Amino acid sequence: MRKRRKWSGFQVTLVTSFTALAAFMLLPIVFILNHAFKPQNELFLFPPQFLVQNPTLRNFESLFLHASNATVPFTRYLFNSLLVAGLTLAGVILVSSMAAYALGKYRFHFKALVMSLITISLMFAPETVSIPRYLIISGLGLNNTYFGHLLPSLASPVAVFLLIGFISQIPNEVIEAAKMDGASHFGIFSRIVMPLSVPAIATISIFTFQGVWGDVETSTLFMQEETMRTLAFYVNSLISGLQNSVAGQNMAAAAGLLMFLPNLIIFLLFQKRVLETMVHSGIK
Amino acid sequence: MNTGLAPNIASSSSKASIRTKLSRFGKQLRKDLFCYLYLAPFFTCFMLFIIIPVFMAALLGFTSYDGFEKLHFIGFNNYIVLLTQDVIFLTKAIPNTFLFALLVGPGGYLLSFLFAWLIHQLPLKIRDYYTLAFYAPSMAGGVALSVVWIAAFSGDRVGYINRLFLKLGWIDNPVIWLQDPKYLLTIMIVVSLWMSFSVGFLAMLAGLQTVNRELYEAGRIDGITNRIQEVFYITLPSMKPQMLFSAVMQIVGTLKAGAISTQLTGLPITPSYSGHLIINHIDDYAFIRFELGYASAVSVVLLIISYFIMRFAYRLFGSKEEL
Repeated sequence: MRKRRKWSGFQVTLVTSFTALAAFMLLPIVFILNHAFKPQNELFLFPPQFLVQNPTLRNFESLFLHASNATVPFTRYLFNSLLVAGLTLAGVILVSSMAAYALGKYRFHFKALVMSLITISLMFAPETVSIPRYLIISGLGLNNTYFGHLLPSLASPVAVFLLIGFISQIPNEVIEAAKMDGASHFGIFSRIVMPLSVPAIATISIFTFQGVWGDVETSTLFMQEETMRTLAFYVNSLISGLQNSVAGQNMAAAAGLLMFLPNLIIFLLFQKRVLETMVHSGIK
Repeated sequence: MNTGLAPNIASSSSKASIRTKLSRFGKQLRKDLFCYLYLAPFFTCFMLFIIIPVFMAALLGFTSYDGFEKLHFIGFNNYIVLLTQDVIFLTKAIPNTFLFALLVGPGGYLLSFLFAWLIHQLPLKIRDYYTLAFYAPSMAGGVALSVVWIAAFSGDRVGYINRLFLKLGWIDNPVIWLQDPKYLLTIMIVVSLWMSFSVGFLAMLAGLQTVNRELYEAGRIDGITNRIQEVFYITLPSMKPQMLFSAVMQIVGTLKAGAISTQLTGLPITPSYSGHLIINHIDDYAFIRFELGYASAVSVVLLIISYFIMRFAYRLFGSKEEL
């Protein structure tokens, strides 16, 4: 009912100018995609070519070969990254939504204190306190374990903050009704709160995954064994210092795509979910 | 500590009333036990990896510590040096951060809302593609994008920007963009603005979806005639939590930005400190000079600055009815 009427002149101009802008925003992504498949000679062509002419998989090949010459095979980094990202994603969703449910829907002692701690810690940058963090991790004996990757990212005040906003918007009547019907706290949480906050959960999944996937801090500081480090660390050590050099540019190009692609996949997966849920469920 | 949420009975100061108060308190704790259980896993990690490290950093700020020797307690010396003698901090890091934050913070925030709102005006079917296009830069992340920056801002004729500007005749010779103090901060600001459609942008989009459609109908009946009015009287008030959230994220992102200069130039310290932000200053002292005590003092100052900006944001979004 609204779509015919809304295709007005406003929308037509909007779509046109927006498309141009969006295309501009997408340029670097297109570049990453193309760059990764360029053969060595095209990488240094003059005048520079934006698009790839003779696509090749050579760059990926040399990236994998470069890694397998080292003591740790490339697949090990990949496995670590996938495992850490998967566990962290699941962990953050569960832990944060549990905390947000308690904070968003109930009143209890210390709630104000916890809330203000969370709000203050939103502006916390882990980079600034890496030394104390390292001391704590090694004090707990979490060096060179997957817990060392996982636990620090479970403390995600941003996720909790975002979820509190959404969960507190769920009408109290729904929860009261469920209580009347004899649902337990866990039942309310898993059957009502979680499904209703899917949009927020999708949003936090997107940025949590990105954070973990691109994170090099845990690998650098908490992991001393090379076998426990992640792909991001490997790629980062590969690219760093390439700004003014020629050698290794091809591997960097392939690695760039490799770091970008999973983010894109997760985003596409979850963003769809955000919109679908929003459209189908009539909840405010 | 604020425990005033529970209804307290105004009580006389006799012992009995203290005891009843305590037992009430215990009873409430038991009644709310599941709340604490739900909170526990998050809160444990939160304390361990955020709150305690911050306090440790605050303590380190009062010491002279290089990571190897014993630490010496030196009182406020770090702060005194920082605010009176650290020329690079005072003449480079502070003005750079201020300029950077002022342009990237509010600028990125307004642009995020503008584009989120415009995307929301589009037909549902094509919205996803535009969201993707705007979100892509921040999604690619630093590691992936450094490949792009290396190619785009390359100092020779092969660089895309040089090539384009030479062709247009704006410059006569290739410019070494990233090593030139004249351009570096500008480039950092442009790049950051362009990457600023991140979590906050997504939250705004999600917030726009939650605005009750009937409100627009009701607004039209109440005499709202154009879209600008709709935005100010209906959209913004309905999505306040998301607006506050993205404001906070924008502030945090801006103040802790610092990696961008390193990714652009490939140097831990930018040429003649032209792109030196407070975070770079911390990294410099912590991981290059290993003056951990001093670095902690700088990060405490940064935390305090961001705390006050945050207070300002809360006041801004809390008090006014429109925003």
